[in-house]
Amino acid sequence: MLVNRVERGRYLDSVALMRVSRKLEALAGVKSAAVMIGSPSNRELLRGAGLLAREGEAATPNDLIIAILAHDERSGAEAMRQADALLSETQVPAAGESLPRARGLGGGLGLMPQANLALISVPGEFAPHEARRALERGLHVLLFSDNVPLEDEAALKRLASERGLLMMGPDCGTAIIAGTPLAFANVLPRGDVGIVSASGTGLQEVASLVARMGGGISHGIGVGGRDLDARIGALGTLAAIDALAADPATAKIVLISKPPAPEVALRVLERIKGTSKPCVVCFLGMERDQSPMFATTLTEAAERTMGKKLSPLPSPSREMKKIKGARGEGLYCGGTLCAEAELIFRRKGLSGHRFVDLGDDEYTRGRPHPMIEPEIRNDHVARAMANPEVGLVLVDVVLGFGAHENPAGVLLRALKGPKPVVASVTGTEQDPQVWSRQVALLREAGVVVAASNAHAAELAASVIS
Amino acid sequence: MSNSIPNLLHGPVRVVNVGLAGFARDLAANGAAVVQVDWTPPAGGDPRLLAALATLGSSVDEANRVAMQKILAAEPVLADVRRAGELVAELDARRLLLHAGPPIEWARMCGPLKGAICGAIVFEGWAGDLASAEKLAAGGGVEFAPNHHFGAVGPMTGITTRSMPLLVVENRAFGNRAVCALNEGLGKVMRFGGNDAEVLARLAWLRDEFGLLLGKAIRNSGGIALNPLIARGLSMGDEMHQRNVACSSLLLRALAPSIARSAGDPASLAKAFEFMGSNDQFFLNVAMAMGKSMLDPARGIPGSTIVTTMSRNGTDFGIRVAALGDAWFTAPVEMPQGLYFSGFSAADANRDIGDSAILEAVGLGGFAMAAAPAVAGFVGAGGFADAVGYTRAMSEISAARNPKWAIPALEFAGTPTGIDVRRVVETGIAPAINTGIAHRMPGVGQVGAGVARAPLACFEKALLALADHAR
Repeated sequence: MLVNRVERGRYLDSVALMRVSRKLEALAGVKSAAVMIGSPSNRELLRGAGLLAREGEAATPNDLIIAILAHDERSGAEAMRQADALLSETQVPAAGESLPRARGLGGGLGLMPQANLALISVPGEFAPHEARRALERGLHVLLFSDNVPLEDEAALKRLASERGLLMMGPDCGTAIIAGTPLAFANVLPRGDVGIVSASGTGLQEVASLVARMGGGISHGIGVGGRDLDARIGALGTLAAIDALAADPATAKIVLISKPPAPEVALRVLERIKGTSKPCVVCFLGMERDQSPMFATTLTEAAERTMGKKLSPLPSPSREMKKIKGARGEGLYCGGTLCAEAELIFRRKGLSGHRFVDLGDDEYTRGRPHPMIEPEIRNDHVARAMANPEVGLVLVDVVLGFGAHENPAGVLLRALKGPKPVVASVTGTEQDPQVWSRQVALLREAGVVVAASNAHAAELAASVIS
Repeated sequence: MSNSIPNLLHGPVRVVNVGLAGFARDLAANGAAVVQVDWTPPAGGDPRLLAALATLGSSVDEANRVAMQKILAAEPVLADVRRAGELVAELDARRLLLHAGPPIEWARMCGPLKGAICGAIVFEGWAGDLASAEKLAAGGGVEFAPNHHFGAVGPMTGITTRSMPLLVVENRAFGNRAVCALNEGLGKVMRFGGNDAEVLARLAWLRDEFGLLLGKAIRNSGGIALNPLIARGLSMGDEMHQRNVACSSLLLRALAPSIARSAGDPASLAKAFEFMGSNDQFFLNVAMAMGKSMLDPARGIPGSTIVTTMSRNGTDFGIRVAALGDAWFTAPVEMPQGLYFSGFSAADANRDIGDSAILEAVGLGGFAMAAAPAVAGFVGAGGFADAVGYTRAMSEISAARNPKWAIPALEFAGTPTGIDVRRVVETGIAPAINTGIAHRMPGVGQVGAGVARAPLACFEKALLALADHAR
């Protein structure tokens, strides 16, 4: 039986709601459940999932919909009670928390008039408005939100450049500015390497590798996944290159992106060549250029920047030697890490293997990103572990602020059986999860942990081929 | 510009985090300066309102700066008390009766307003008794208009007629003035719809004796500067709407020598002192005239979205906005939430009424709640932390703070002043108004006190009109 309840005028952020939804779904007697803000797109999602009843149809974006599909009336009522308890928990601030709080950007600036950056993570349909207001008030912006129309992105980036402000994003998951990690960022030592990246996990991987090779980061500027699209024309990337070129703390510049449109690539490379600082460019997916400036993997980008090599590939385990010719399955939280692994397989001429980015929209509609809630990947991992056709499982583990507090621990719950698993851990020793502890957890469970994502893929590819 | 990219990269980064609170917690754990904005969809996600907000961008900020400069430059002085007809010529010229709130016809008026009007008609001698007064009013024999259309304000029913003595506050920075009737005291009074012989007799005394005496005393004193008086009152626990005990006492103290010199005999002097000294709300009406005198210079500033009037007639709540001059934006008035005197309950209450919300428009009352913890409990706002919460929330919808009116408990931050229509619509924070609650039947009087919210619909209508005007 389906129950909907609408709470008027109640708003909670979607991550909090998704966690509540997941806990409700885990209750006995509940087939499926979702707690969502009543926006038209959310109602569409609920309808598609068979979770929208008449009460929910009438909800507005100002309302909260609690939707529960239960086996019987009693379980439905019990789940509704649980929902109340879980929702009220989310509104209690953590113990000892004394963050100054306001209701709008203006109120926030009233509490901190000297603020210089707005970190914005609101639903995409409202994000351009909030970002525009922040820019108009002279704030630099990190726009975490995705689902922002391209024309809005271009307009925001033009406005920022008119005002001499930095516009990071939309869809910018991470940045490090002057030593301050923003959103999904790792804790990194300060240093002279400046990074410009259209990829969140790409930035995290390169910055973490640089740190683990003894280097440090001046700034990591995220520009959002579409910045090098022809319709945006790398407005954010060009501004970030200029910023790092002029920054006295930055001695070297690394640029990370998918391969851009040719005319955009030309413009970006011209700008790069115009700086007097050594640069490394990783257009992941583009084949090697003549110039030594280009790196073909994130690992190589970090190595070229540091002028040294990462530790060599680990030797394959005994089980791994038996799987030649078997199918590999890569199950990733980080989109760029997934793409990099797939690319390495392809470059080795391997085909027929499966790579899944569980952070893709297809898997995250109405659910938290697997970096926040790695549990989401466990179903897929468990299935791969049980599937006799799969010979080896390849995974990433991403650490840092914003990420789950113990992603390796969550992953281990799905690793049943003797099948070889190869992993890499993106992060640093200073991260809240502590890189070496996460690595140790995995190794104790028999997982082969490589020094980087590229190394993990190369190791897997070498035993399969 | 100070916030350049090189400055940002130089650090430190100071963040306003709009949305996911976890990011703010992480930043704080890293030692970064951060404030959390608990985001909700602006304007309730209404696309028409969002489009209007987008239209009213940075050019409005400049217009509002001009408006706030004018409001904060005010030098209000209590200058005189004179007969209404002398101050507002139209009151002598025709049978005109002024009332609180936006315009309203007889049929839609609430009980207390009708009761007060009937009493005033008898008081002016336009009818012999209340029954014929009601006939006259219902039959169109008297013309009704808002106080605000004639430079006046009045608490609760806010009745102003030609022979009533009015307080005159001059804004000496701009040479304008605003007027308000004298506060009649507590209990059975015309502002709560009272209209019996006792009420009319007190009004006659105010007209024939007290008003003349007070006017003479104020003129002889050279006028009482109100900015410093309010500043002292705030430091003594007044917010000037629900609590005026400090300011009433300070005013009496300032005027006492002049009143003594102006009084004819000890008995009338004693009666005047007794009247002023026994009425904690005596100063309310002075503060209201002051509020209007301060806000009027901002009326007609092109592009400005600052609220210049908030007022209620017991049926409708109305606001006026700087850029749109005389246009009212109205919505059904809400019920105040509060505490009731023993023997009364919400079932007895009239809807929100009075011009006194001019105080919130000028940054006092609910906006200055943090200065008046004693009020917080009385008006149902809870403890001191709640009082501070009110002032903080009101600062989110205000364009400025008034440096002359500091709140000691908030590290001497000024009272939040100048309601910006855009911020109200965007945040969904409705102005909080500290108010008395009238009985819904005429003549019973005050039955409680509480906090009323200005209806958001007024601000939404004003926002759409402002955007139309700007396009």
